[in-house]
Amino acid sequence: MKLVKNYAGRIVPTEINGETQIPFKGIDKYKPEGKIYGPPIRSSADFPKDGNKVTAGLKEALKRAGIKDGMTISTHHHLRNGDILTNFLFDTISSMGIKNIRWFPSASFPCHEHLIKYLKDGTIHHIEGSMNGPLGRFTSEGKMRGIGVLRSHGGRYQSIQDGEVHIDIAVIAAPSADPFGNANGVDGKSACGGLGFALADSEYADKVIIVTDNLVQFPCVPWQIQGNNVDYVVEIDSLGDPSKIVSGTTEVTKSPDRLLIAEYVAQFLEDSGIMKNGFSFQAGAGGTNLAFALFLKERMKKSGIKARFIRGGSTKYLVEMLQEGLTDYILDGQTFDLDGVNSMRNNPKHVNTTPFTSYNFHGKGNFASIVDAAVLGATEVDLNFNANVVSHSDGYLLHGIGGWQNCLFSKCTIIALPSFRDRIPVILDEVTTLCGPGELVDVIITERGIAINPNRKDLIDALKKSSLPIKSLKEIQREVLEICGGAPTKPKLDRNQIVAVVKWVDGTVIDSLFKVIG
Amino acid sequence: MSKVKKGSAGKKGDRVRSDCFVEIELTNSGGIQSTLISKVDSMYGESINDLIILMCEFFEIKNAKIHLDDYGALPFTIAARLEAAYKKVNPADEREFLPKMNKNNLYKTTREKIRRSRLYLPGNEPKFYPNAGLHKPDGIILDLEDSVAPSEKESARFLVRNALRSVDFYGAERMVRINQIPLGLEDLKYIVPHNVHLILIPKCESAETVLEVDEAIKNICAEKKIKENIFYMPIIESALGVENAYRIASASENVCALAIGLEDYTADIGVVKTNKGTESFYARSAVVNAAKAAGVQAIDSVFADVEDMNALRESVLEAKSLGFEGKGCIHPRQIKIVHEAFAPDEADIEKAKKIVAAFKEAKKNGSGVVALGSKMIDAPVVKRALHVIERAIQNNLLKKNWHKNLK
Repeated sequence: MKLVKNYAGRIVPTEINGETQIPFKGIDKYKPEGKIYGPPIRSSADFPKDGNKVTAGLKEALKRAGIKDGMTISTHHHLRNGDILTNFLFDTISSMGIKNIRWFPSASFPCHEHLIKYLKDGTIHHIEGSMNGPLGRFTSEGKMRGIGVLRSHGGRYQSIQDGEVHIDIAVIAAPSADPFGNANGVDGKSACGGLGFALADSEYADKVIIVTDNLVQFPCVPWQIQGNNVDYVVEIDSLGDPSKIVSGTTEVTKSPDRLLIAEYVAQFLEDSGIMKNGFSFQAGAGGTNLAFALFLKERMKKSGIKARFIRGGSTKYLVEMLQEGLTDYILDGQTFDLDGVNSMRNNPKHVNTTPFTSYNFHGKGNFASIVDAAVLGATEVDLNFNANVVSHSDGYLLHGIGGWQNCLFSKCTIIALPSFRDRIPVILDEVTTLCGPGELVDVIITERGIAINPNRKDLIDALKKSSLPIKSLKEIQREVLEICGGAPTKPKLDRNQIVAVVKWVDGTVIDSLFKVIG
Repeated sequence: MSKVKKGSAGKKGDRVRSDCFVEIELTNSGGIQSTLISKVDSMYGESINDLIILMCEFFEIKNAKIHLDDYGALPFTIAARLEAAYKKVNPADEREFLPKMNKNNLYKTTREKIRRSRLYLPGNEPKFYPNAGLHKPDGIILDLEDSVAPSEKESARFLVRNALRSVDFYGAERMVRINQIPLGLEDLKYIVPHNVHLILIPKCESAETVLEVDEAIKNICAEKKIKENIFYMPIIESALGVENAYRIASASENVCALAIGLEDYTADIGVVKTNKGTESFYARSAVVNAAKAAGVQAIDSVFADVEDMNALRESVLEAKSLGFEGKGCIHPRQIKIVHEAFAPDEADIEKAKKIVAAFKEAKKNGSGVVALGSKMIDAPVVKRALHVIERAIQNNLLKKNWHKNLK
């Protein structure tokens, strides 16, 4: 394996899993040419005239789709930690004796620990998606056959559109579907909200299988997934555990330190002048994120300010802001609780979005850069404002990228995180894994102080009179190292064995993850 | 050396965070054998082992088996747990392994310091310590009394001592609530030499108790050559305490405040504690009156419902109306509400500014009569206005030199 130093100074391979890779060249520097990838031509004459594509069981559908060794099979993660289908899918594939599958999920969850046995026995060759929790640990210990590939939600769309990843079979869990294959995620006992993460799969895969536990008579509307792209429809008893698909309610953090960080974020948005009529922001469901939206809401009410749109991850808290007229729209990528699902079903101003509209590098623009402020988390940051979201300081891969890289393109990107966790400092000299270049990170907010990227002179000026504790990253780091008892030892990694790579939003390789020793 | 060869201290289990469990067995041969299971092993394993070796050298431990389960404990916690475990085996060893004094912890306090909020931190829960000061309470209390289980009393002393030295209090007044006397007198040895500002004396029922504490502190200060004043906040928590409140408040010139603790008080008089508080109205008023008579601050009990911020605000406003100047907090989120509610409102400040300006003017002119327009102002009104101005300055609602620009 040939290793080179990329534009960010990180060591990356030029080939993985037998495919040539392009090292990261800088932000907005790499633009591939040619035509957008297209799926094979299909003819309606080949499909049932009565529109009934219902097939007897998943195994039969996979057989008809022509499953064979080494294929790429995709799934989506809208069922989150309640996903039963994906585990059932690989039980089925394994029972058919198929090997060396490239699994291409839009994300994985701890419930997918079940798949470790298929990684071990070679049913799955490697994962291109996120490797969370137990799967991340398995990967970091060098146990996966192939090299893992981590992409953002936007990067996944990009990789499908420019042909970097060819999906042989897409298996799409659909909480509601009709026999023709029209499907949505807002109805049915496994309702999850939108199905945006499966959109590209439905349009670009060679074969598309819809799996539902709520088969309705044609037409299934709204049809976020269009039956015209679907080959087979399979009905099963249950897609997942509803209590883990969406939570009944999402809880705001009770941690006083996280609440303090959230208050700082809200005050920052006000003091910087970003909070003004017609502004927009991104809020997810992380503990700090929910809380900052609530604090911001109070400030907006006090000042009589209304947002044009909020990007979610929607929750009941965003839904309340929509209902109270504090925002014109919610543009929703995924829905975290029942209030969010109900609102998306019933309120035309609660709009479902997809990685294509929001994040895709090969789109003619995308929403991410239109947003005034995005508030994100991270596992680590460094003195150059670089950030890591996939691994911890012990070198283990533990999280996916999600839409995180894509959101960095907002007009003001804020990373909000505690300055240390237990004893682990969060501001390092250099991040363990580079996921986001510092030039896209404008502000880092911790409970000990707020650091503004020196490139953002406008923000520095705007905050001159603020009562917020503005400090340099170096100052905050010094304070934290004092508390933690000095700088941590760097993890012991086998620099000759790459276990996974992190892709940038344009498909280039921004960093590598190495095998953790001991 | 005692017969017990094995000692342990700290906490273990899946839910433990920022703490550790240490077990030490003194042996007769084999040198120091230590095992470490730590969630931060790859990052701080070496540093933890270095600390163990350093402490063994300090206490001249030649042969021992030491096991440490670590859940991301900070160095001051590991040191406290190891010392506590060792001293269970060898209680006669009076040497103390003291962490370096944080240079930010050398500041002083005054008798008059504002004490609107005091945040209680359980004396055996180190995870709350490093960030407590960030929430800007007027005081932080490391509590050795009710929040510490009887079996953990000794272990907690080492933790609180180390915290006083290592943890940055970010300018908050450094307080410790000791145990009820006489146990509390033993606590003082671990506390007094480490720049503690204020000692809360729980369940105080007589002036003699204050004097006992005062004498013990003076002895330690003499021995350790400590010159700084350490102030006392006796807590009245019984019917007898209420009856003796004035004598308690005036027992020593180092008493700076008198507090009331309502959980124990209501239990003592045999009633249920209600939100309305009618049952303790007399006791609270008595404490306020005794405090004012003795020239010390009157401090209210804690507010226990950490979810209900509106009720907290109401409770503080009511306490303020009775004459209390401070309230206990058991959650950092309560601090801001307490400060806001104790602060004088804008109209009060504006009125007070006019009165004080007239008073200063009269003084300058050598006139004994203070007048606002055609209205004469009585001396108590001036006194109250001066008090409002002082409060406004303390709450950052008014600049210290606000009157400079007055004509």
